[in-house]
Amino acid sequence: MAILDSKVPKGPIKDKWTTYKDKINLVNPANKRNIDIIVVGTGLAGGSAAATLAELGYNVKAFAYQDSPRRAHSIAAQGGINAAKNYMGDGDSNYRLFYDTVKGGDYRSREANVYRLAEVSGNIIDQCVAQGVPFARDYGGLLDNRSFGGVLVSRTFYAKGQTGQQLLLGAYSAMNRQIARGKITMYNRHEMLDVVKVDGKARGIITRNLITGEIERHSAHAVVIASGGYGNVYFLSTNAMGSNATAAWKIHKKGAFFANPCFTQIHPTCIPRSGDYQSKLTLMSESLRNDGRIWVPARIEDAKAIQQGKLKPTEIAEENRDYYLERRYPAFGNLVPRDVASRAAKERCDAGYGVNATGEAVYLDFAYAFKRYGTEQAKIHGIKNPSEAEIIKLGQAIIEEKYGNLFQMYEKIIAENPYETPMMIYPATHYTMGGVWVDYNLMTTVPGLYCIGEANFSDHGANRLGASALMQGLADGYFVLPYTIGDYLSDDIRTGKIPTDSPEFEAVEKEVKEQLDFFINNKGTKSVDYFHKKLGKIMWDKVGMARNEKHLKEAIAEIKQVREDFWKEVKVPGALNEMNVELEKAGRVADFLELGELFALDALNRKESCGGHFRDESVEQSGPQKGEALRDDINYKYVSAWEYKGKPSEAVLHKEQLEFNDIELKTRSYK
Amino acid sequence: MMNLTLKIWRQKDANDKGQMVDYKVTDISEHMSFLEMMDVLNEQLVNSGDQPVAFDHDCREGICGMCSLYINGEAHGPDRGITTCQLHMRMFNDGDTITIEPWRASAFPVIKDLIVDRMSFERIQQAGGFISVNTSGNTQDANAIPISKHAADEAMDAAACIGCGACVATCKNSSAMLFVGAKVSQYALLPQGQVEAADRVKNMVEQMDLEGFGNCTNTGACEIECPKGISLENIARMNREFLSASLKG
Repeated sequence: MAILDSKVPKGPIKDKWTTYKDKINLVNPANKRNIDIIVVGTGLAGGSAAATLAELGYNVKAFAYQDSPRRAHSIAAQGGINAAKNYMGDGDSNYRLFYDTVKGGDYRSREANVYRLAEVSGNIIDQCVAQGVPFARDYGGLLDNRSFGGVLVSRTFYAKGQTGQQLLLGAYSAMNRQIARGKITMYNRHEMLDVVKVDGKARGIITRNLITGEIERHSAHAVVIASGGYGNVYFLSTNAMGSNATAAWKIHKKGAFFANPCFTQIHPTCIPRSGDYQSKLTLMSESLRNDGRIWVPARIEDAKAIQQGKLKPTEIAEENRDYYLERRYPAFGNLVPRDVASRAAKERCDAGYGVNATGEAVYLDFAYAFKRYGTEQAKIHGIKNPSEAEIIKLGQAIIEEKYGNLFQMYEKIIAENPYETPMMIYPATHYTMGGVWVDYNLMTTVPGLYCIGEANFSDHGANRLGASALMQGLADGYFVLPYTIGDYLSDDIRTGKIPTDSPEFEAVEKEVKEQLDFFINNKGTKSVDYFHKKLGKIMWDKVGMARNEKHLKEAIAEIKQVREDFWKEVKVPGALNEMNVELEKAGRVADFLELGELFALDALNRKESCGGHFRDESVEQSGPQKGEALRDDINYKYVSAWEYKGKPSEAVLHKEQLEFNDIELKTRSYK
Repeated sequence: MMNLTLKIWRQKDANDKGQMVDYKVTDISEHMSFLEMMDVLNEQLVNSGDQPVAFDHDCREGICGMCSLYINGEAHGPDRGITTCQLHMRMFNDGDTITIEPWRASAFPVIKDLIVDRMSFERIQQAGGFISVNTSGNTQDANAIPISKHAADEAMDAAACIGCGACVATCKNSSAMLFVGAKVSQYALLPQGQVEAADRVKNMVEQMDLEGFGNCTNTGACEIECPKGISLENIARMNREFLSASLKG
């Protein structure tokens, strides 16, 4: 179908990006001064893009709903950032990073984009070090690396357990430099409520000043959306409370196709929920699975006793424990990829073997690691015939050194000491691989409208590998978009300032105001959160870790019903022209209520199991892989790009067929 | 389950005088986080047609630095090494009265209820909290300059600041020196930051003074209340850097 042109350059994959960059149009420095660019969202992708575009000479306006760019949720990433530096000399290369990412994504990403990502990954590290990002180093003063799930090399750079924070503060510092020079105008506590198109091109946005409530028009020659993922469609997720899909969804309604919404990552190691009041879930780094063993009781009566608080995990004998990941996946054991580990936990809990009061938790046990490390330490320190207690103490010290902050965080939340009793974990929504469809230039189906970072769909396929989100955000913002946007803007050097008093701005502003007015004047009886929680429950129960036709059809009908009730019954106190948190939430939830339906529709359409998307109907029926996810490359080797047609249920599906010329499609096996 | 009385600062906007208002919440689980307890209160207020209490929060896992409550006279409440969002109700008892106020400092004016304006922190960072390298490409290889593990670790400890402002709220002088000292130190400890070190410290300190933050009188309260354990050494380092920059002229 001609409507979806990925614009991937011709030529061998290794040369595509270099050759392409050599040939695209540039804007000369004097003309850049006359061109304005809007960047919505200031996390790793938006922050790095804003800084770089400003430095190149464009006039940048950047928008964040928080009070500072430093607070974007990129800051919460713990583990690290991948780069094919091969500093460890363990055989890493651009090709290997590319290969791991495509395979990890279960062959549903675009080869050329992923190769480019791998190609610029090394440069990101150089850049960040030059900016003063304090990455971990070894005693020789060089950069240290560690290993992450799903790969065979050590290519993850890290700054303690706060890599996302340090990278974001790096991008933030680069922004600050440009803000001080007047090249970025920063709009904190502003929310984009819609995009404005003039003659088919994105030419501006309508925003609300979250302090005064004022509705503002902002024009530019191009608009960049970097507003993150839509995980909060589940209400409970590891996303920040304010993380929302409004910018991405509003551009979808104005012509940008939305791709693969059903590709969502459910992360296996989160702290389980404790009650209905819960507002968000907390992630524990994937690195814990290096040393912890995951298990549930093997006997159902033990599980019941634990759920009722009559039995402690430490009282269950070794032979009565089911280390189900080691049992099912002897080759990868506790280090299977995220999607596999999450589904296996759900399978055990659904069968009744869960280990907390809600029945939705499994154990992550470090007792074995304490003994292993303790025994080693006793040898190192020459302790003869150490007692069991001594060994455990020595081992605990090693674990504390490695994961002390995570153990402390766990204890604060759960009020149990994880050194004495196994941790409890359960999967939670964490990242969305799907998002706004973009071509090789990161441009959406609307000319002049770009989408970068988690908000777009391109690089992670159906499952994202650990430490790759930070890499993609910064690659898009520092090294890809600043080139590709110039090619588009080279046509705009004579356009001049875009006026904001045009009928197009007028019309969109009117739409925005009407919706806000509606919320304030609606005499409903239920809070915004009431509806958000209802939506979240439907999404989790029926469009969660395992999906089937019956549940998806029910979900679509139920979401529609909740949406209708929302528009009738929602209650928003306060006024328009003031800070009004409930009003902000109402607009976001209205969009989630539409997105959720498209999400379920996409999941219904994709009858294969792949990556984070698992269909009960599509599993291996026999052989060693029996019961595992069954991908269908003949019928579903495409990107689903949905075009908005007035209602989510009437969205039109466009298919971008994926071509794999440099990688052979294989079944992912972790047995 | 707990029943609590909350005394909360309500202020319509920056121009309003503001006052403490009493609220009751019931059946609060000890496993709730403090902000989840606030969610319960707000749900209650919305359902009865009142305006919910506005407070800043976002990541709810102690890293974004958005949350900023002064609880029973302590920044981030009665626990150490955490932000408000990591505070749990098990720190309180049934029947307690809890006082909740915004950060109090002239450089942090109240926007609404418990939300303050921390733009002064932004302007200090813009005055010099960066290394002037271009982000669009060709820097040297990341391993070209070895940095001792000790210096890298110390820089990381300083860089762990989340910019919440608890140090200012806690300080009797409303001093921002722990915040500024942390940023100055991060770059002062790294070779990449040396080139502009003198200008950086002078510009950042000048902006800090312009914003109306007070001076440091070494009581050390900021270090105790800092959720990230930023050390007072950073203030000493900033003073040293500032002195040597001033002597250079």
